Amino acid sequence: MNVDAPLGDFGDVLFYSALAVYILAMLLHALEHGLLRHAEPQEAVAVAVPARVAAGGSSDDEPAAVVPDDPARDGEPAGPVTPTGRSPRPASERFGRMGVSLTVLGAALQLSMLVVRGVAAGRPPWGNMYEFVAAVTLVGVVAWLVVLFRRPELRRLGVFVLLPVILLMFLGGTVLYTQAAPVVPALRSYWLAIHVTAAVISSGILLFAGVASVLYLLRSAHDSSGRMAWTSRLPEASVLDRVAYRATAVAFPIWTFAVITGAIWAEAAWGRYWGWDPKETTAFIAWVVYAGYLHARSTAGWRGQKAATVNVVGFAVMSFNLFFVNLVVTGLHSYAGVG
Amino acid sequence: MTQTVRTPPDSPEPPPAPRRWGRELLALARNTWRGLTSMRTALILLFLLALAALPGAFLPQRGPSPQAVQDYFTAHPTLAPLLDKIGIFDLFSTPWFSAVYLLLFISLVGCLVPRTWEQIRGLRARTVAVPRNLSRLPHHAAGPDPRSPDDVVGAARKRLRGWKVDVREEPDGVRTVSAEKGALREVGNVVFHMSLLALLVGIAVGKLFGYEGNVIVMADGSEFCNSGILAYDTFRPGLRVDGTNLDPFCLDVDHFAARYRPDGAADSFSADVRYSDATQIADGAPPTPGQIEVNEPLRFDGERVYLLGHGYAPQFTVTFPDGQQRTQAIQWEPVDQSTFLSQGATKFDRPGVTDDADRRRTQLAITGLFAPTSSGGGVVTSTYPALTNPEVAADVYRGDLGLDSGHGQSIYGIDQSMVDQGRLVRVARENLVPGQTITLDDGTRVRFDSVKEWVNLQVSHDPAQDAVLVAAVALLVGITLSLTIKRRRFWVRVVPGPGSPSTTDGRTVTAGTGSSVELGGLARTDQAGYGEEFDRLWADLLPGQRDDGGTR
Ligand code: HEM
Repeated sequence: MNVDAPLGDFGDVLFYSALAVYILAMLLHALEHGLLRHAEPQEAVAVAVPARVAAGGSSDDEPAAVVPDDPARDGEPAGPVTPTGRSPRPASERFGRMGVSLTVLGAALQLSMLVVRGVAAGRPPWGNMYEFVAAVTLVGVVAWLVVLFRRPELRRLGVFVLLPVILLMFLGGTVLYTQAAPVVPALRSYWLAIHVTAAVISSGILLFAGVASVLYLLRSAHDSSGRMAWTSRLPEASVLDRVAYRATAVAFPIWTFAVITGAIWAEAAWGRYWGWDPKETTAFIAWVVYAGYLHARSTAGWRGQKAATVNVVGFAVMSFNLFFVNLVVTGLHSYAGVG
Repeated sequence: MTQTVRTPPDSPEPPPAPRRWGRELLALARNTWRGLTSMRTALILLFLLALAALPGAFLPQRGPSPQAVQDYFTAHPTLAPLLDKIGIFDLFSTPWFSAVYLLLFISLVGCLVPRTWEQIRGLRARTVAVPRNLSRLPHHAAGPDPRSPDDVVGAARKRLRGWKVDVREEPDGVRTVSAEKGALREVGNVVFHMSLLALLVGIAVGKLFGYEGNVIVMADGSEFCNSGILAYDTFRPGLRVDGTNLDPFCLDVDHFAARYRPDGAADSFSADVRYSDATQIADGAPPTPGQIEVNEPLRFDGERVYLLGHGYAPQFTVTFPDGQQRTQAIQWEPVDQSTFLSQGATKFDRPGVTDDADRRRTQLAITGLFAPTSSGGGVVTSTYPALTNPEVAADVYRGDLGLDSGHGQSIYGIDQSMVDQGRLVRVARENLVPGQTITLDDGTRVRFDSVKEWVNLQVSHDPAQDAVLVAAVALLVGITLSLTIKRRRFWVRVVPGPGSPSTTDGRTVTAGTGSSVELGGLARTDQAGYGEEFDRLWADLLPGQRDDGGTR
């Protein structure tokens, strides 16, 4: 259980590089967004996806499933190849594509960071909040890239997805920073790997879902009032709503799994499967809120803005669980180890 | 069922009052039930549940952290009692929290029963007949087919293997195929809600019939027996447990070992034990050896024994002036988890003293600090949690320990009020390493012999725990099915008629040699994404027809 400190430091370098790359990517996406004219969104969609339209009929408004299974969509995720050569791309599209490339690079750097930290500390690389934040944001970015791969026309959401990722990583790299170290015996269990991995994956996807719901709320506020001109460049409200739902529907069973494995681990480590420790309580609240969101989506009178608000509240509870409960409240999850 | 019986207008007598009340009460009950079991109510109750649990995230709870509750009372002397009145510190057992989940529970039952029924009937029912106007559906396609209607239907059946398929006949030789897929989604949904119900029941059974007890046992071969509440230091019974019927078992703790890293952080703990269950005890059979580690409790016969903590017990031997000896090792409490600096009080009665007044003048207590790895020097502090260089900073008190005063005292300290009253007097203060002795003014000798280790064991008993796990797994499977499976319908209508497009070569085709085929698709759930699958079905069933653009 020895810690390789220089290797851990190299992980930090990778982390900051990823952060810098994301910032650059966000700036490019912001440029893309700024260059879109107000009337452009519909055209931009049309320009971005003629390949799909021509391929025949897949252009229902549904965000595609996460499993890529249609060869027509593989390969060129972000635009048409016309037989007569490449049509000149508008500047906004070029910036957007550069933004996507940088996002991929950032994700690769972040992944290497986690691998390096894991090797340095000799355990799965999410044993403290710094690593946890790094892993969650990585999943958020990957979820975003998967959606982008399926629906290239959503590219201009990039700036809004990267913003919370960058803020979280900044917090992680400063306030929450911890050096690579092994964990206390209570945390050394294969349930750590399973439980925390599930929590990381679902939190990351829910981060993306939360962003989509916030944008949905902004967009539908615009649709009903016409104010806030920039929101008119967002994708249509119904698309944002469905993307948010899809992401939550994927994340919810994983979150359920995370809570259950947490209970299994607690049973082995603390003598009971559920004890209303602050962390458990908040995880339960988040679970109930997300169940409420899924319900609201199929209850008359709750669809749309109310449901989206519930989704945003759900993510607020998740964030509260990560920051407030870990840093302010003391409980067993404060990683105090055994007495 | 909802029709009301009207009395005819010419009826001279109104119906008897009690009966009407009865009916109104029935109507009220029915409406309440309907309201309670509506999805909207379930939604509101879910949010209420989240809201009700919220204080538990901010404020300490007596169950998991009694100490934190005490600290909160000290920090907020006016607010805390008020919050306590509404049960904030025992939130999850308050009547209002229970009320919310009980209502949710009822709502769930009321919702599930009819849905499950409906589903069972649905499984046997035939698929929905083909709608008259397929072109109104979200997914639609049509085209001629050179094959005969029978061949088309046969091909469709083959292609739709795995779907639930019904073939029907309409007038004029028109044949239809209706197919459905994804019924497992609804099954998953019901399984999910059922398991939720089972989970709640399991948790409740555990709360009623389970118990938890903590006990400190010396790791020197000492034995603990699960004979009753008194065997424990603390005991938390379930609501239906009175402590008289605990499953008997005994456990000997032979050895405890801890490993630490150079910086003092803990690396691993384990205790070697031997245990005997009821039959072993009855038969006098030898005990079974076992090991308890952090994250790895000892499990046998539905009992679980956990290693929750450990510490040191310095052993002292007191030799009284008359030559009698008494030896004791009692647990001292670790006050610093990183160095295991501990404090405690080892208390002695003078042997052979029968007069109460005499006894209360001659009791002895050795208190102070114990360091497993002493820094050395005048002030004893600990630098490392392992037992490498033990030393005790001992204060020896003599007089009345106040053990007969009626109110309990901590085993880790002496009664300070006795000291303040001058009835308990410090007679020596010295630092001791094992083997060293203090001689008191009356010739009594106090020797620090050695150090023992103790473990804090928790015995947990929950008869429903396995059932809860099964319910949780079923819940997970159910929700996964419910959220990933798409429910969709697919319809084919085959009309005998011109089979190949007459525009291609001008040849006219007589009726009966071909068919005119119409396809329709409908996703039954939010999670559509059905377009691609529909397109594939279309391509397979109407080859060569998929070049005319969108399907919508
Ligand atoms: C303990 C409380 C409950 C929880 C945590 C819960 C959770 C859920 C979840 C996560 C879903 C999946 C949503 C989806 O398929 O999109 C769902 C679906 C559903 N629930 Fe509940 N539920 C609860 C209580 C109830 C109650 C009391 C009712 C009846 C009034 C109910 C009726 C339904 C229905 C009809 C669906 C299907 C919705 C759909 O097809 O999308 N649930 N529930």
